[in-house]
Amino acid sequence: MTATVASNLSEVARSDAALRAFLHGLPGVDQVGADQRAAMLGTRSIKTTAKAWALDLAIRMVDLTTLEGADTPGKVRALCAKALRPDPADPSCPSVAAVCVYPAMVPAAAPLLAGRAHLASVATAFPAGQVPLSVKLADVESAVRDGADEIDMVINRGAFLSGRYLEVFEEIRAVKQACGDAHLKVILETGELATYDNVRRASWLAMIAGADFIKTSTGKVAPAATPPVTLVMLEAVRDFRAATGRQVGVKPAGGIRTAKDAIKYLVLVNETAGADWLHPDWFRFGASSLLNDLLMQRTRMSTGRYSGPNYVTLD
Amino acid sequence: MIAEEPPAETAEHAARLAIRKTYKLFIGGAFPRSESGRSYPVRSASGDFMANAALASRKDARDAVRAARSAFAKWSGATAYNRGQILYRIAEMLEGRRAQFIDEVAAASGDGVSAASEVDAAIDRWVWYAGWSDKIAQVHGAANPVAGPYFNLSTPEPTGVVAIVAPAESSLLGLVSVVAPAIVPGNTVVVVASEERPLPAVTLTEVLATSDLPGGVVNLLTGRVAEIAPWLASHMDVDALDLAGVRDAGLATDLEIAAAENLKRVLRPVPASSDWAADPDVQRMLTFMEMKTAWHPKGI
Repeated sequence: MTATVASNLSEVARSDAALRAFLHGLPGVDQVGADQRAAMLGTRSIKTTAKAWALDLAIRMVDLTTLEGADTPGKVRALCAKALRPDPADPSCPSVAAVCVYPAMVPAAAPLLAGRAHLASVATAFPAGQVPLSVKLADVESAVRDGADEIDMVINRGAFLSGRYLEVFEEIRAVKQACGDAHLKVILETGELATYDNVRRASWLAMIAGADFIKTSTGKVAPAATPPVTLVMLEAVRDFRAATGRQVGVKPAGGIRTAKDAIKYLVLVNETAGADWLHPDWFRFGASSLLNDLLMQRTRMSTGRYSGPNYVTLD
Repeated sequence: MIAEEPPAETAEHAARLAIRKTYKLFIGGAFPRSESGRSYPVRSASGDFMANAALASRKDARDAVRAARSAFAKWSGATAYNRGQILYRIAEMLEGRRAQFIDEVAAASGDGVSAASEVDAAIDRWVWYAGWSDKIAQVHGAANPVAGPYFNLSTPEPTGVVAIVAPAESSLLGLVSVVAPAIVPGNTVVVVASEERPLPAVTLTEVLATSDLPGGVVNLLTGRVAEIAPWLASHMDVDALDLAGVRDAGLATDLEIAAAENLKRVLRPVPASSDWAADPDVQRMLTFMEMKTAWHPKGI
């Protein structure tokens, strides 16, 4: 498959029919197999020094997120402070990868982060994406202008599910162009894609269109990120790099709340895509409450006693 | 830990296979086995094998504290009247299982004569504490006289999550005497049952599970006190520690030191010679309550 893909990749988007033929020509996903493999990798036991390493890596991979209608600049500033110094009592605790906010909150966050952590903004009328393309592009441009260096866009699921792949492709293309230097994360919203086959197709579609990251979910739809869906996406980025030489990152988001879950995802990354992806540049967690649990586990490792929610901030 | 087989069936019972009970933990309203998969044999006072009980690990203790913490808001937020009704209900359910408890207590202590009176005393004690539920605040709260135009009101409120090491000898009455006063004011508890005599405690949790007591208010662990208690004593999300059943003075000291890290309330071990059948007082309830004093302007 690899050779065919490499020769055809520049050609597949020449027409809707060609794109459909390519996406439907991707091998199908064995659903039971994917579920079982993800479950099996979740049983690995990560202890002591390996666990301490994994916890710190997971903290460095967090996109600390607040996407609420009730967000205020004050709340976003507090979140930025936490992102840079997650555990005020322990200077050895690393910063998180990025802060992820709505476009209106980007001006509040940009001066505080000032390059010390990435600033991601959801755009393109997150989470539904049901606005005209011109509005989506304006949304992206304003976020980038205000200082966001990563853009999380949602794909047009309606178009994808009704088979209008080229429309989705061209939308991603246009958004990528509007991003300029900013990294583009493409949210597939796997909870609405119904099958793993669709997840694989949407992953390839996004990568061919120029995504720097593919992201599972908005966090507003259940189910959000699940291990098997992430497994399928990790396979897609691995195969894509083998075919084209370009490495694309993966970001599961939504529903990852415990350090234990986060470590299971790290195992999944290492065993599926490989150690190259075990870096904040190539794998992220979209999460809010996860960070507190990681910090509590970290404290438990360093002090030898269980910590509690009274010792971390309420976000 | 090798599970032991119970003795061979006696002739008169041989016609029917015995349906033996699995004694499990009680965490968050559910009955899980230990996450460690371990168990240990429990023997009667005469040394006969009775059952295998779950041998809880530190992770079971961790899960139990988490369950207790998440149950706290609902239980402490319930009205005192409602908590009292649930405690009465527990006594009613206990009464219905009186014969079973007498058998289990007698097997544990080897004293068939006093078992009935111990079970009766345990049931009566639930009722006694149930009655205190909506009275403790009015008897021990106060309207304080202050030199200014203010109302000054003190009310006792629950401390939070209480970890309890249950008395070692008195398997039911002792357990009830430490659990009931902790939950009456609205605390939630993680209790380590008597190491040698855990079976009546596990049966008690079956009563709790069917008495409208919200899941997580009482969590029961069975196993080695010396293994589990240090994790509870050092846990930063536990607010108070009742060492009633700790027999090893050195361990009790270590637990108290660990508890000091986050200023837990600590009740020291109760001497083995003490008589749990004696009339209780309100001190155990008040130990696990914090006095809140509010000032409010008067008049205008």
